[in-house]
Amino acid sequence: MSEIKRQIRAYVLDNFLMGGDRERLRDSDSFLEHRILDSTGFIELVTYLEQTFGVRIEDHELVQENLDSIDNIEAYLLRKLPASL
Amino acid sequence: MLLHDYLGDTVRRYPGNVALVAGQERVTYRDLDSRAHRLAAGLYSRGVRRGDRVAIYLDNGVAAVVAWYAALRVGAVFMLINPLTKRDKLAFVLNDARASVLITRQILLSEAIDAVRSAASVRFVIIAGEHARREPDERYISWAAAESDATIGDPGTIDLDLASIIYTSGSTGEPKGVMLTHLNMTTAATSVSTYLDLRTDDKIFCALQLSFDYGLYQVLLAVRLGATVVIEKSFAFPVTALEVMARERVTVLPGVPTMFALLTEVSSLSRFDLSPLRLITNTAAALSERQIRELRALFPQATLFSMYGLTECKRVTYLPPEQLDMRPTSVGRGMPNTEVWLVNDAGERLPNGQTGELVVRGSHVMRGYWEKPEATAERLRPGPYPGEVVLHSGDIFRTDAEGYLYFVARKDDIIKTRGEKVSPREVENTIHALDGVSEVAVTGVPDPILGQAIKAFIVLREGYQYAERDVIRYCLAHLENFMAPKVVEFVTRLPMTNTGKINKKALEGVVSGAGPRTI
Repeated sequence: MSEIKRQIRAYVLDNFLMGGDRERLRDSDSFLEHRILDSTGFIELVTYLEQTFGVRIEDHELVQENLDSIDNIEAYLLRKLPASL
Repeated sequence: MLLHDYLGDTVRRYPGNVALVAGQERVTYRDLDSRAHRLAAGLYSRGVRRGDRVAIYLDNGVAAVVAWYAALRVGAVFMLINPLTKRDKLAFVLNDARASVLITRQILLSEAIDAVRSAASVRFVIIAGEHARREPDERYISWAAAESDATIGDPGTIDLDLASIIYTSGSTGEPKGVMLTHLNMTTAATSVSTYLDLRTDDKIFCALQLSFDYGLYQVLLAVRLGATVVIEKSFAFPVTALEVMARERVTVLPGVPTMFALLTEVSSLSRFDLSPLRLITNTAAALSERQIRELRALFPQATLFSMYGLTECKRVTYLPPEQLDMRPTSVGRGMPNTEVWLVNDAGERLPNGQTGELVVRGSHVMRGYWEKPEATAERLRPGPYPGEVVLHSGDIFRTDAEGYLYFVARKDDIIKTRGEKVSPREVENTIHALDGVSEVAVTGVPDPILGQAIKAFIVLREGYQYAERDVIRYCLAHLENFMAPKVVEFVTRLPMTNTGKINKKALEGVVSGAGPRTI
């Protein structure tokens, strides 16, 4: 697993999930569909991503394709971050 | 007139009008009607009869709408359950209402299976959408298997029969089922549609949960006229919502203050062409004067309606838009075919200019709370006319000289967060079940986006230690997400009143700056 994925997974597990739901979370699972995050949860997630990865997430980037699964976040961050990562 | 007669009439008049837009799916009234009919025939063939309760545990989408019209067709009572509901509460609701059927989908099954295991009344479970996994037992059937092409007869429903039960938070912490008859719902739909002056060519954007009466009525109102509802699952991605609104050229935007706060924060808002938007409606909590100014500046072409209601009768008041400049914080006066007044503690009617509890009279007032005679008697009390009860709302208002209403406070301690009612007791009961919690008190604190945020004060037993997030995560696993506290504070003891109850007023004092360790 990539370092980015590991970090995001840990964040979601530590903050939003308990019990059996923790093992079930797949990298491709939509946070919204699986009711892991709601609108407030996404606001918290964005704050976390900005602080942890030092990126600024613009309004128009706040879309499901960028934020709604571990896979999507990783792909988004890889596009956004300098090539060194 | 029955609630589903609106669908029958509209299908005859506008069969080709688009009823629902949900993601890539567009459903005409003809389609909606025939899908509802096929499911109704299937429900009937499996023994669902007049008066039975059909629980619909689905997220916003076409399936939920089809399911409730199917239930109505066989004379059953539909219950929309918020898809954020977790297994324990789902089981409670299924058992409380003794639901015969549960309609859900694959992604919600992990909660539903556990709930159904302890709900003996549920004879079968219909799974909407695609599903590949093996079902736990023969009670579980696919949507396709649940449909039938058979013709079914008239179940004999009259407008005094229940159409829906909507569960709402009660101050005791136990959800209560609000019983609504066909007459209640058609009365409310007619009044709301009249003052909003909705039209057949309207396109209503609905990101409100259909399990919330405000969301449900967007569809009921549209079906009554043959208009279109653009259904979104959530408002979590405001930019996506704006894209959909622009693409579908929506004309009506119903929302709650939290939604409008998220919307007005989008810096690229002006990029979206929302020129067809002609109506904005707000209820569930009052907009601030600043929010009203912002909305009017952003959408000068749209008329803004401030409204007030409660599940027990759907809607009570609206402020005529031309009054907005003069009385920006008022929620107006009684809507058509509704009578309202304020009473003091002795139940005496108060003249204009006074403060008291709002009382509502009309055919839209609920039948009562399902199998809760005491709670019902508290809300529905004898009115000025013999043989008639009126609704005591539990909300305190003041009136100005012309009788326009201004919300003051609730009589109980129910918290309003994101437009949702939350019973502090329900959250406290959940946190109490956490190992090592000795005492807990939950209260609402002001929040710029949520209206009120939920805050929990916890006293732990010796030897136990939790982080704030442990408690929040625990609550997210057991309660609807919006019920989880935003802030948790661990304290050494809770302030008590002279009578030995937790003093919530003193806790609010703590919130306003006295510091956590001083109590």
